[in-house]
Amino acid sequence: MGRGGFFSVAFAVAGRQVYKYFANPAFLAPAFFPLFFFVAFAGGLTRVGDVPGFDYEAGYVAFQYVWALLQAVAMGGAFTGFSIAGDFENGFARRLLLAASNRQGIILGYTIASLVRGALTGILVTFLALLTGMPMSGGFDLFGLIGLAVLVNVAATLFGAGVAMLLRTQQAGPVIRTPIFLVLFLAPVFVPLNLLSGWLETIARLNPFTTILDAARGFLAGTPTSVLPAYAIGVALVAIFALWAVYALRRAEKAGA
Amino acid sequence: MKGPSLLVQVTSLARRSTLRTLRQPAVMVSAILFPMMFFAINAYGLDAATSIPGFPADSYLDFAFAFPLVQAALFGAITAGADLARDIESGFFDRLSLTPMRPASLLLGMLAGVVALGLIQGVIFLAVGVLFGVDVKSGFPGMIVLVLLTVLVALGFGGIGAMLALRTGSVEAVESAFPLFFVSIFMSSINLPRDLIEQDWFRYIATANPISYLVEGLRSLVITGWDAQALLLGFGCAFAIIALSVTGASALLRTRVAR
Repeated sequence: MGRGGFFSVAFAVAGRQVYKYFANPAFLAPAFFPLFFFVAFAGGLTRVGDVPGFDYEAGYVAFQYVWALLQAVAMGGAFTGFSIAGDFENGFARRLLLAASNRQGIILGYTIASLVRGALTGILVTFLALLTGMPMSGGFDLFGLIGLAVLVNVAATLFGAGVAMLLRTQQAGPVIRTPIFLVLFLAPVFVPLNLLSGWLETIARLNPFTTILDAARGFLAGTPTSVLPAYAIGVALVAIFALWAVYALRRAEKAGA
Repeated sequence: MKGPSLLVQVTSLARRSTLRTLRQPAVMVSAILFPMMFFAINAYGLDAATSIPGFPADSYLDFAFAFPLVQAALFGAITAGADLARDIESGFFDRLSLTPMRPASLLLGMLAGVVALGLIQGVIFLAVGVLFGVDVKSGFPGMIVLVLLTVLVALGFGGIGAMLALRTGSVEAVESAFPLFFVSIFMSSINLPRDLIEQDWFRYIATANPISYLVEGLRSLVITGWDAQALLLGFGCAFAIIALSVTGASALLRTRVAR
C-alpha cells in the first residue's frame, strides 16, 4: 500500500473528526479544567510569587498560564482518546478498519484532528490569560513554547489513542485521564522546582514533564532554558507513544474490533 | 394496611444507600483516594507559601487539611445525588410510591447514607492526616468536632445533590454538576487565607462564597485551636446550607410525587 493511501485515510479521518468538533460545542470541554485551574491559581495564589526564591521574571500569572496551556493541549489529546473509544463502542471504528486502505493513517488522522482541537483550546486559554493582563515577553521564543505545546498534544493523543484502541470501550476514560492528570500535577505547578519540598520534589525531579514545563516557562519569559533536553523528551515521548498506538491498532485488528 | 414506622423505613433505605456506595469500589476509591491525592500535592506543592508574611501556619500540611474533608463531602453529594437519580430513572422511586413506604423516607434514607459516608471519610482522613504529621491544635475534642463539621458539610452538599436529582431525575445531569461544585471549592479561601489573596476580585468571590467559612471553620480546629468566630461561622454556614437544601429537596420531592 502506498503513501497515498496512508495520507488519504489520515485526512479523511481528520476531516470527519474536525467536522464532529465543530458540530458540537462540547469539543471545547478539554479547556474547562485548564481555564478553571488558571483562574483559581493565577487569581488566588498571586502572593505565592512573592515567596523568597520565586525567581520567575514574567510573574505568577504567566507562571500559571504555561501550565494551564500545556494542560489544555494534553487534555485535548486525552479527549481525542475518548472519541476513539466512542467510535469503537458505536461500531464506527470497525467499519473504518474494514474500509481503510492503510490503517496506520487512522492514527495520523486522529492526531491531526487533536492538533486542531488543541490549537483552539490553547487559543482560548491564551485569550483569557491576556485578558487578565499576562505579559508576553518572549518575542520569537514564543514559537519554542508553541512547539512544545504541539509535542505535548501529540504525545497525549497517541497515548490516549493507544489505550482507547486496546480497551475499545468508553470505560477507558479514567485509564486515559488519570495518568495524564498525575503527570501534569506531579510537576512544579504552584512554585518552581527549587521551592518544592518532600516527596513531591523527588517525583517532580524524575517527571519528564518538569523539563518540558521549565523550558516552556523559559520561552514565555524570553529566557530559554533546558531547550534541547525538553525537545528531546518531547520527541521521545511522541516516538514511544506512536509505537504504543500502532501496537494497540494491531491488537484491535486482531480482535476484529 | 399500616406500614412500618418512618424510622424503620429510613433505616432500611439508609442501609441500602450506604451498602450500595460501599459495594462500588470505583466510587469508594474516588471518594477516598482522589481527595487525599490532591491534598498531598497541594500540601507539598505549596509548602513555600508558609514563608509569606502573615501566613497563619508553620506547615502547609496543617493549613491544607480542610481540603480533603470538603472535597470528600462534594464527592459524597455527587454520588448520593446520582444514586437517587438512578432510582428515579430505573423506576424504583415510582414503585416505592405504590408501597406504604413514605416518599420522605427515600430522601431521609439517602441523606442518612450521605452522613454515614461522610463519617467514614472524616475518620479515615483524620487517621491518615495524623499519621502523616497533621497537628490538630484543638486536640482530641477538636478532632471530634472536626468530624462532626465534616459530616454536616457532607449533609449540606448531599441535600444539594438530592435537589439536583429530584429536579432533573437524570444521573448525567447530577454528575455534570461536579465541575461546578469543584470550581466553588477552589474559588474560596481553600489555598490561601482571604487576607493574603492579592487579587481583589478573587478575594470578593472568596468572601461571598460560603465554602470559605466551612473551610475556615474546619481549618481553625487544626491550625489555631478553638476559634469561636471561625467555628460559629463554619457551623452557621453548614446549618444554613442543610436547611436550604433539605427544604428545597423536600419541596421538589412533593412535586415529583404529585406527578
